[in-house]
Amino acid sequence: MTKYKTYFSFFRIRFNMGLQYRVAAVSGAATQLLWGLMECLAFMAFQRSAPEAYPMAVSATVSYVWLREAFFSAFTTWNADQDIFDSIVNGGIAYELCRPVSIYHMWFAKTTASRAAGAGLRCIPLLLAASILPRPYRLSLPASPLHFVLFTITLLLGLGVTVAFCMFTYILAFFTISPQGLRMLLTSMIDFLSGAIIPLPFMPDAVRSIVELLPFAGMFNVPLLIYSGELAGAAMYRGIGLQCFWLVTLVISGRILCRVAERRIVVQGG
Amino acid sequence: MKEKIKSNVKLYFHYLSVALRSTMQYKTSFYLMVTGRFLLFFNGILGVYFMFSRFGHVKGYTFGEVLLCFAIIQADFALAECIGSGFAAFAGIVRQGEFDRVLLRPRSTILQVLGSQFRIDRIGLIFQAVFMFTYGVVISPVEWTFGRIMTVCFMLLGGTTLFVSFFLLRAAFTFFTLDGIELVNILTYGAQEHGKYPIDIYGKKMLKFCTYVIPYTLIQYYPLQYLLGRTNRWYYGVYPLCALYFLLICYGMWRFGMRHYQSAGS
Amino acid sequence: MITMEHVCKSYRVAKRNAGMKEACKALFRRETEVIQALSDVSFTIQDGEMVGYIGPNGAGKSSTIKILSGILTPESGSCLVDGRIPWKNRTEHVRRIGVVFGQRSQLWWDVPVIDSFELLKDIYSIPSNEYWNNMEELTELLHLQELLKMPTRQLSLGQRMRCEIAASLLHSPKILFLDEPTIGLDAVSKLAVREFVMRLNQDHKTTVILTTHDMQDIEALTNRIILIGRGRVLMDGTLDDMRRLAKEQGEPEREKMPADNGSMQAPAECGSESLERIVAGIYQKLDIL
Repeated sequence: MTKYKTYFSFFRIRFNMGLQYRVAAVSGAATQLLWGLMECLAFMAFQRSAPEAYPMAVSATVSYVWLREAFFSAFTTWNADQDIFDSIVNGGIAYELCRPVSIYHMWFAKTTASRAAGAGLRCIPLLLAASILPRPYRLSLPASPLHFVLFTITLLLGLGVTVAFCMFTYILAFFTISPQGLRMLLTSMIDFLSGAIIPLPFMPDAVRSIVELLPFAGMFNVPLLIYSGELAGAAMYRGIGLQCFWLVTLVISGRILCRVAERRIVVQGG
Repeated sequence: MKEKIKSNVKLYFHYLSVALRSTMQYKTSFYLMVTGRFLLFFNGILGVYFMFSRFGHVKGYTFGEVLLCFAIIQADFALAECIGSGFAAFAGIVRQGEFDRVLLRPRSTILQVLGSQFRIDRIGLIFQAVFMFTYGVVISPVEWTFGRIMTVCFMLLGGTTLFVSFFLLRAAFTFFTLDGIELVNILTYGAQEHGKYPIDIYGKKMLKFCTYVIPYTLIQYYPLQYLLGRTNRWYYGVYPLCALYFLLICYGMWRFGMRHYQSAGS
Repeated sequence: MITMEHVCKSYRVAKRNAGMKEACKALFRRETEVIQALSDVSFTIQDGEMVGYIGPNGAGKSSTIKILSGILTPESGSCLVDGRIPWKNRTEHVRRIGVVFGQRSQLWWDVPVIDSFELLKDIYSIPSNEYWNNMEELTELLHLQELLKMPTRQLSLGQRMRCEIAASLLHSPKILFLDEPTIGLDAVSKLAVREFVMRLNQDHKTTVILTTHDMQDIEALTNRIILIGRGRVLMDGTLDDMRRLAKEQGEPEREKMPADNGSMQAPAECGSESLERIVAGIYQKLDIL
């Protein structure tokens, strides 16, 4: 039990740190509001150009855009914990190894916390603002109470998948000299595959059917489509199942890899 | 006066060579960064490509035409980040107290900050812009007259200037608050991201906003109309040069911010 | 000559309190408080003097240095350095002073030291013959020969500090500000730095203003000490004056120092250690910590 208390206090410190940056949070929300608005306008322009080709309800796209903006900092792999990378590169990791907690768990807690804090703080003003915008740009209510509940659950699962994946980028940093370049490669792929650039339904069908099987689809795609009811029935449960599967797979393989990396450090003496 | 300019130019190139040699100390990292950047923004193109393969056109613009627009904005941004990265990274300079050192040297602060960094790894983005532009030229039916080629040059010059101005503006804000500068990011990163489409697809209101509030249409929408043969008004092609005026305003803000820094301390 | 008369400076800083509740509150309203960094500071330093500027952390030392070097504008009071108002014509002023921050580097991290020096030559527009003369002298006195070809990041702290000092002197400044130049250095490097500063002052009549927490620096280098606390000049005089001040304030509180249980009977002879005691005693007595 005390062990979880330790992780919780890491979580709390991070959360408080995130809250301190008041102006940053407000201006960040304003930035995202404008950003999301531009995005909605672009989708609508395409919809007007060829309405028959539009793959989902316009209001669903609008909701997708707002939710993506609101939870962006929770899901984007780009937003990895810089101090963790720094500690690996400059050897500060030695401190962490001295603490009587597992590195994997500690980093997991730390990363989850900073993401939850970043997104938790940002999503409220942004979602409030988005839900009082004039009609076509407004964030609509969830498709049904059931969809809302599942949305919340899949959002958390998605966060888990994202963090589990971030753990991989941290651990890989042990093995490469330049985590920066590696991160950039991974980020560029994942942003696309998770539906952060365009929602998966906009992709050609063949591409879409493959991308949906990858772990990244669980990050933005599944929760955000469930919210508006675009993902329903069997397809929805399949999506949730895949999320769970990937979460378990990523965590288990991450821990194994982490142990290998730790051993490597001990052997090399940092 | 002439002597002074000459010595400043010489110093800038000296700074540049030091910055480049510093980067080259980390060769692997450098190449990875270049490749990473190169791939990172393929996302953007791929996204646009998928959208066009589904919808065919947007507000009458074809894929090739949008590629030209996207490529120019991309190049503007990459060049600006390359040259102006000292300003883009200015918050860090102030936070670490390094700006004091800048003030302790008998040279223009602008020159020193510009010289402090030169992100040559942005060349990955420039390659990509060239690639996109070439492909755009091939698949779009634009007739390349002298006026249109000049328009492209002006768009590059004006666009780069505008983005550098935004970085300068952001750096000027840094003197007052280290937290609020994210708001200025919408001008830079927002313009880069959403500027891939001609601004009129976002509607009339946005077009007005991007003309009168930030002079963004002047480097993108108007010259593009002339470039793509949607208008005969050749002077639209010269509009991007107005960005120089905007740069002057931002320079004024910088001066003002610096005075504030000196009186308020850090 | 440096004169400072009735200089005042205050900062406004945001209060940040701990805890989740306070952090949430700060989202909406932020309290600020005013900190008086300098209040009515006056002193005069003649050409060629070597002055130790001491005081506890946060006493106003770096604010003073910043004002004298033109980085910071005071609220009131006047300040003249060789007839110039430092913050009025920044470039003219900083061309004639040298500043070393012990905790920060002015050298370019990833290139060889000599490349940094070459760049400084262009920054300060140092004429070639002056630059080479200074280089020759500094290389010899600070033993830089081996270091010049190495990138800064590979130097040890002591090696780096020697290079930092050289970098600040390439343009032959008349005034040198040294901000904690010996912090974190090993004994050999400390001695080398002190010796060099001594010679610089003797040979070139360079005015040196030294802030430090290391009393051995003070003892070895300076005759005159300016003691500052809570933004005020508390004492301006010699080492002896300081000892006298400590006496007047009563002996340093020996009972408060647990490590010392009367074993040292003759504090005055014990050099810098006793000096440290004296200073600590003064800080405590005057309640300026």
